[in-house]
Amino acid sequence: MKKLLAALLASAMVLSLAACGSSSSTTSTTAAAAAATEAAQEAAPEASAEPAETIKIGFAFPMSGTAAMAGKYSTHGADVLKEALGGVIEVNGVEHPVEFIYADTEGSEEKTTNVYQKLIEEEEVIAIVGPDASKCALAAGPIAQNAGCPNVATFATNTAVTETGNYIFRACFIDPFQGSVAAAYCEEQGYKTACIMFNNADAYAVGLKDAFIENFDGEVLGIEEYSGSDVKDYNVQLTKLAVQNPDMLLLPNLNVELGLQIQQARSAGLTCPIVCGDSADTPDVANVAGDAIDGVAYVSAFSAESTAPAAKEFVDAYVALYPDELPNSNAELTYEATKMVVSAIQNAKTLDRDGVRDAIEAIDGLELPSGSMTMDATTRNPIKGGVIMQYDSEGVTHFVSSVNP
Amino acid sequence: MKKIVLLLQKLSPFIGCLIFYIVVTVLRSHKIINGYYMQVLMFAGVNVMMTVSLNLVNGFTGQFCIGHAGFMSLGAYGSAVVTTLIFKGSHFTGVAQLPVFLLSLLCGGTVAALVGCLIGIPSLRLKGDYLAIVTLAFGEIVRALLRLIQPIGGARGMIGIPNYSSFGRILFFVALTLWLVRNLIYSPFGRAFIAIRDNEIAADAMGINTTKYKILSFCIAAFIAGVAGGLYAHVLCFIQPDSFGFTKSSDFLVYLYAGGSGSLTGSVIGAVLLTILPEMLRFLADWRLVLYALILVAVMLYRSEGLCGGKEVPFLKVKRASLYKEPIFGAKKNAAKNG
Repeated sequence: MKKLLAALLASAMVLSLAACGSSSSTTSTTAAAAAATEAAQEAAPEASAEPAETIKIGFAFPMSGTAAMAGKYSTHGADVLKEALGGVIEVNGVEHPVEFIYADTEGSEEKTTNVYQKLIEEEEVIAIVGPDASKCALAAGPIAQNAGCPNVATFATNTAVTETGNYIFRACFIDPFQGSVAAAYCEEQGYKTACIMFNNADAYAVGLKDAFIENFDGEVLGIEEYSGSDVKDYNVQLTKLAVQNPDMLLLPNLNVELGLQIQQARSAGLTCPIVCGDSADTPDVANVAGDAIDGVAYVSAFSAESTAPAAKEFVDAYVALYPDELPNSNAELTYEATKMVVSAIQNAKTLDRDGVRDAIEAIDGLELPSGSMTMDATTRNPIKGGVIMQYDSEGVTHFVSSVNP
Repeated sequence: MKKIVLLLQKLSPFIGCLIFYIVVTVLRSHKIINGYYMQVLMFAGVNVMMTVSLNLVNGFTGQFCIGHAGFMSLGAYGSAVVTTLIFKGSHFTGVAQLPVFLLSLLCGGTVAALVGCLIGIPSLRLKGDYLAIVTLAFGEIVRALLRLIQPIGGARGMIGIPNYSSFGRILFFVALTLWLVRNLIYSPFGRAFIAIRDNEIAADAMGINTTKYKILSFCIAAFIAGVAGGLYAHVLCFIQPDSFGFTKSSDFLVYLYAGGSGSLTGSVIGAVLLTILPEMLRFLADWRLVLYALILVAVMLYRSEGLCGGKEVPFLKVKRASLYKEPIFGAKKNAAKNG
């Protein structure tokens, strides 16, 4: 009996290998598009030559594993755009059915490379959106590059990601870019003098600080540094800075450090506005800082409270589709990355991977929820706005302004 | 004639892998197998090597190593340092590439084996659960240390590793591993391993230096895992310390026990099936990993010794008569008890 079961089980496994090789992966399209796709698949190569060829866009997100939540938001973000498209993309007056193919990366770089191979070789997608983690993007990037398949990473902030090659783009801004957003905000607010305290052992803090100094038109009165997250006492540095009496204080540091720093800055007599990077966007910072959190501003990629028309349109569409939640930055960045791909498909000179790549590179002034976006053709990073958020006395964040540096 | 049969049997892992290679190459040239399948098969090959090496420690020597990914990461970093940092990556094409790659794999394997020895000497005096904890801690220490070393990328990982691992090369190393481990097990060394597994006290009483043999098995396993790690690094072209965490180690444990510990056939089948299965279940979307887990549960319920526990396909066996004049401590009885 046991042997029989084992044999059955083994054969079931083998069968599933054989049978599933040919079946298509997780597809989700409107019924019409799905039907069209099936028809196209049945008709095999002949159908692909017809004008209304199905356009497939691949998505690589972590839908299981520890990062599953991010993947859920990402799929929702893409779904919003899919809904808006109604299952078709119009290219040169021809309506092409569009298919979004979601594939699970499990947040693992090994699985991401498998997913890329599958999307590129088997599904023959025209472009890939995702993944969100830098490690996955770094591992899978060479595959997309070698296959000549354009790839827009959503949340991969590591500068090395787009250095893989000219087919790899990203939708998020890289860490140093936040420094220029912060500088632009300070100009807008009319701050003339600034002080900085940063962690010299952390690439994020150093990059942010350098970009801020480069872009800040006013005068930097004092820069103090410390080494590592295990430092808990910043009074020496902060007291030195307090003497300078600056218009603002920049703290481009990690979230575990920020709470104490904000608290100690206030007690050291620094009453000026405090500006931080997007690491301040965690509840921990507000909890540790206590009352001192009131008025602390930070750079963020996107706010659901933003008043820009593109942002309102996105948030409204999102809430209509998913009434129980507000879009977070994963959802928003995926929406933006997908929007970049879709607009590139619409503007592509030739409807193939190379055409789409060229069109992504040529994106200029595309209206996105986080502001107007232009692709930097040399670094393949987006040039776009950020938003400034501010904590109130309750530790709740509010949208202040959109900044286009 | 008898000699030819004997020779064929001796080289059977190579012949088996060669046949598999030819089949896959033919299918690939007819576009039946695309790059995606090739990639999955390459990962499967690496996993086979990892599982076989783990089998040597867990299955044949009866120790419990749960930090095997630590050795893999040492090998991956060791070989990636050679190809990427010392030889500066992609300058090598054609003929010069292979020796560089082999040298890097040798380096990776040696680093892993040396570290395996280093931690084996003090810790293999421990038994059972205690050894398991030490190996677990070892895996985590390696990970934490690799995160600190900046020249190899620290926590951000190493990028730009050349893509030297091809399907054929991996398959060759799989064959080499199978051949090596099979011959080892059917040698006096292997008999000593199995004796330690079956009853350590009795083995000791028989005059086997148990600590020595445990360290030996540990080192050989670490070496194979290091080479597998080197191959892995050159498939993925990117490694970071966090990829070799406890989850990776536990993957290999799952492959080993689902396939059947103490059986080389089991290691191969377990690693290949369980690497391919999650990919082939992709059509199920969110239910994919649920079904995967259910299959594992079913295997364990109905075949707790693993799919091939205690069984071996003929080509991974060595006829005892061809190696020994007389049988050594009741090997047949041991084989039945495997798993």
